[in-house]
This record gives sequence, structure tokens and C-alpha cells, in this order.
Amino acid sequence: MTALVLIESEHGKIRQASRSALAAAAQFGDVDAIILGNEGIDAAAKLAGVRKILHVPALKSALAEPTAALLASLSSSYSHILSAASSMGKNILPRLAGLLDVQPISDVVKINDEATFVRPIYAGNALATVQSSDTVKVLTVRGSSFDPVAEEGGSASVEVLEAPAEDGKSSFLRLEQTESDRPELEVARVVISGGKGLKDESNFHSLLEPVADKLGAAIGASRAAVDSGFAPNEMQVGQTGKIVAPELYIAVGLSGAIQHLAGMKDSRVIVAVNLDPDAPIFKVADYGIVGDLFEVLPALEKAL
Amino acid sequence: MKVLVPVKRVVDYNIKPRVAADGSGVETQGVKMSMNPFDEIALEEALRLREKNQADEVIAVTIGPQVAQDVLRTAMAMGADRAILIRTDAEIEPRVVANLLKVIVERENPGIVSMGKQAIDDDMNATGQMLAAKLGWPQGTFASQVTVADSKVEVAREVDGGTEVLSLSLPAVITADLRLNEPRYATLPNIMKARKKPLETIEADSLGVDLTSHLKLVSVAEPPERTAGVIVETVEELVEKLKTEAKVI
Repeated sequence: MTALVLIESEHGKIRQASRSALAAAAQFGDVDAIILGNEGIDAAAKLAGVRKILHVPALKSALAEPTAALLASLSSSYSHILSAASSMGKNILPRLAGLLDVQPISDVVKINDEATFVRPIYAGNALATVQSSDTVKVLTVRGSSFDPVAEEGGSASVEVLEAPAEDGKSSFLRLEQTESDRPELEVARVVISGGKGLKDESNFHSLLEPVADKLGAAIGASRAAVDSGFAPNEMQVGQTGKIVAPELYIAVGLSGAIQHLAGMKDSRVIVAVNLDPDAPIFKVADYGIVGDLFEVLPALEKAL
Repeated sequence: MKVLVPVKRVVDYNIKPRVAADGSGVETQGVKMSMNPFDEIALEEALRLREKNQADEVIAVTIGPQVAQDVLRTAMAMGADRAILIRTDAEIEPRVVANLLKVIVERENPGIVSMGKQAIDDDMNATGQMLAAKLGWPQGTFASQVTVADSKVEVAREVDGGTEVLSLSLPAVITADLRLNEPRYATLPNIMKARKKPLETIEADSLGVDLTSHLKLVSVAEPPERTAGVIVETVEELVEKLKTEAKVI
């Protein structure tokens, strides 16, 4: 069996979530990877355990329509087609599945055998074991559930692919990015997340950032904090935001709604700071401080 | 232009789901059911298009047993003009849902299909993309802003790196993310009025679509529980424990 993995690069490197998808794919047999645009090609060729890189320079915007069509045209050579359960993977792979009339399997956290997979349902409140009868299995996988393949050690051949003609029905206009020097949320060793308890956007920055700087941490936010405009949407941790599993997760001024817990409960060590001793976040926290975050955060910054 | 809004009846988002003792699924008997919250957002967006005179009819559609007409009545109470129940007692996977919706789309010819990005029960996040593929239409998934102008729609999408803006030609499928809008509540007079709006029932097995699943549910289990740890009194104690006990800093 051979698997094909749609991988993504960022700043010339292959995203960790994509390397985790490659590790998942290796459980099925040989692994080829497909990469869009012109960035990260050298990095892709060095990835451990990859047989061949399919490089598609023309599809740099990763529009779902031509990308899914290209993947469909390649599908007869593969038993499994995977990607990270990233916003790109979740946009493109179900469309591919639609073209192939197969049932995609999203957010896989465990592979039991080549056709049987475990995935969370109901915001992670239950784990479903599912079995696919499709000839080509289309999966997105949770990065935090598979140890990524090494960035170096492989020597894959690179084959350039022509993209199919675009049908003109969709076009990319722009990407509005928030620039940050902090580590990416999904790969950071330490994440500190703030909630509505921070009261406004200015507190969100002035209280969380000094602690994050000391720890080299990424900053996340609860859905309530994002909805209130304290932080941009790409910082949201939770069922409908990013799923993270860092070594240390510090939750500040957020109660721990089910949908937030779904995005961080696999962190190795969880610290919670909240004024309300009954906040659900304390039920999953290894260490809790019941107190006023406006006092605790400056003290924490000093103590680190 | 018509807007078609597929809606799903799911366990209410305020209810903590319970895994059935025999591991066959999640308990739904006697549990409060509601319209999938993402579908409410998608419906709200359709209603706003109609209010801006960019759409002239909003049609809600669901697939499920007779009782699923609840969510259609809710949709019409919120403002949908009419509704379609595709009736079946079978468990239908998203792939089959997309195949059934395709038949309805071909019959109704909407300019936009506006639907939630995922259902909060199976969290598959796939039906909109599959439907768009099957129709050969462009897709704007995870939408946080939708602007219709000149037979095109501009969709701002929530992506990992920020917000991506696409331009799609119509017809198109749009899937709603959380921050697209705040759905309205159905008022009592509108709930009363909705009872008189047309609700058409079509048997799913009359549409020429194979209803069998390609994905079999083997079992459902509780996730491993995390146990609560300790409450520490001071920041110094916390830092000490993180250093020496958890060895994480």
C-alpha cells in the first residue's frame, strides 16, 4: 500500500502538523508527499521516510477546486490520501472525497489498521472507532496525536507536476496575517491562553506577553476572548479553533468550556489561574491557583 | 436568487453527551435536540441576504426521521420561507447527505447553498466541501464574512495563518464559521406564523441515491479522563512545582 500526504510549509520549513501526518501515513506503507507552490521544496526533499515529493508550483494559493481535482487525478495510485487536520487539509480533502464519492474521515487520532481509525466526536466528549470500506481512504489527522517524522534524514526524489487548468470559478484575493515572532501555537512547547477574565484587549497583551516572553510561549485565546475582540481568530484554542498539546499549557481567566477543553486537554501539564474556585478548568488542571489574575500574572513573570 | 440552507438536528450544545453503556453510540433518547449551531449561523446569513434584497427566497432542508421537522419549523420561525424534509430513519453519513442534497440543489437551483461548517455531533466538517465537489461549484469554507456583488461572492475565511479572502463565481457553497454573525432568536409571533409556512416531505429512498454508508461505526468510548491536580497557594509554590515536580520549565 502507498499513501499520499498533502503537506504544507511555513517560512521554508515543513509544518509540524504535516510531519505528523507523514508519520501517520507511514503506518500504511510507502509514503509520497505533495507540496503546492514554491516554498519548502528543499525541506520537503530532506524529510525522513518520504519516497517521492510531488511538487506543484502552479497551485501556490492552494485553492480547493484545482487542488482537489489534481489529487483526484492521482488517487488511483494510492490506498490512502492524508493531510494534517489543518484549515487547508479540512478545506481540500473533503472536496477530494466528494469527487471520489468516498466518505472522508476527519481528525484521526489513532490508526488501528489500514481501514480502522479512531476519531473524536461531540467536541472530544466521545471517541468513535470507525471502519472504512472505501478503496481510497481520505483522512485528515490530528498533529498532536502522532509524533512527527524527522525534518532531516531522507532523500526523496522531486517530481514537478503540472496543475490542471483552473476553471476560473474561484480566485485568491489576499491573506490577512497577524505577524508574530512567537512560536506557532500548534508546535509551541509552552502555550499561555487568556480568556474573558482579562477584561480587554490591552490587558490581554500587557499581562500575557511578558509571561509568554519569559517562557518562550505561544499565546492562545478562548473563544469568548476572540469573540470579544481581545485576540484574532487564529489564536483561538478549542474544538473550532486550534488543537494544541504542548508540554505546558497555562490557562488564565478562562472558565474551561467544553469546547475549549477539547482543544487543549491533551497537554502534558496544565496550569489554571482563575478567580472562581468552581471553574471547570480546575477539573483538568494539574496545578491551580485560585486568585486574581491581575496580581498572579505580574507575580508569575517576576518569579520565572 | 434562492438560498438553500441545509440544517441538521443534533443534541443541544448545552447538553453534555453521554456515551451509551454498550458503546454503540451517544445517548440521544430523551435528550434535548436543537438545530446545529453552525447551521443557525448559515441560516442567519441567508436571511440577511434576503433582507438586503440579494436573495428572494430562503429554503431550509433537513434529512432525518419525521421528528427532524422540528428544526425546519425553527428555521421557518427564524425566517426561512419554506422547508423540505428528506425523510429517512436510516443513519446517513455525510457523503450520502451530500448526494441527497445534490438532488435537491438540482431541483431548486439556488444561487448559494449556505450551511454550517460542521455539525457538533460527528464534527466531520465535510458535507459542504463534498456537495460543492459533486456540483462542480466553488466553495467558501469557514466563512467569517460574505459579500455578494455582481454574480460573485467574496468570502473571508478563517484559516490557520489568519484570514484568507476568496472571490467565487455564483452558484457557490458557503460554510459558516462561528464569527460570521449572531443568529436571531425566533419570536413567539414568528413561531406561530411558521406553523403555516409550507413544509414538503420527500422520502429519501425516492431520490435515486444509495443510502448505504461507506464508513461503519464500530464502537464509541469515553475519552480518557484527566484528573484534577492540586491547588497551590502562591506563585512561588507554582513555579517550584513546575520546576521540580512536573519538570516542565
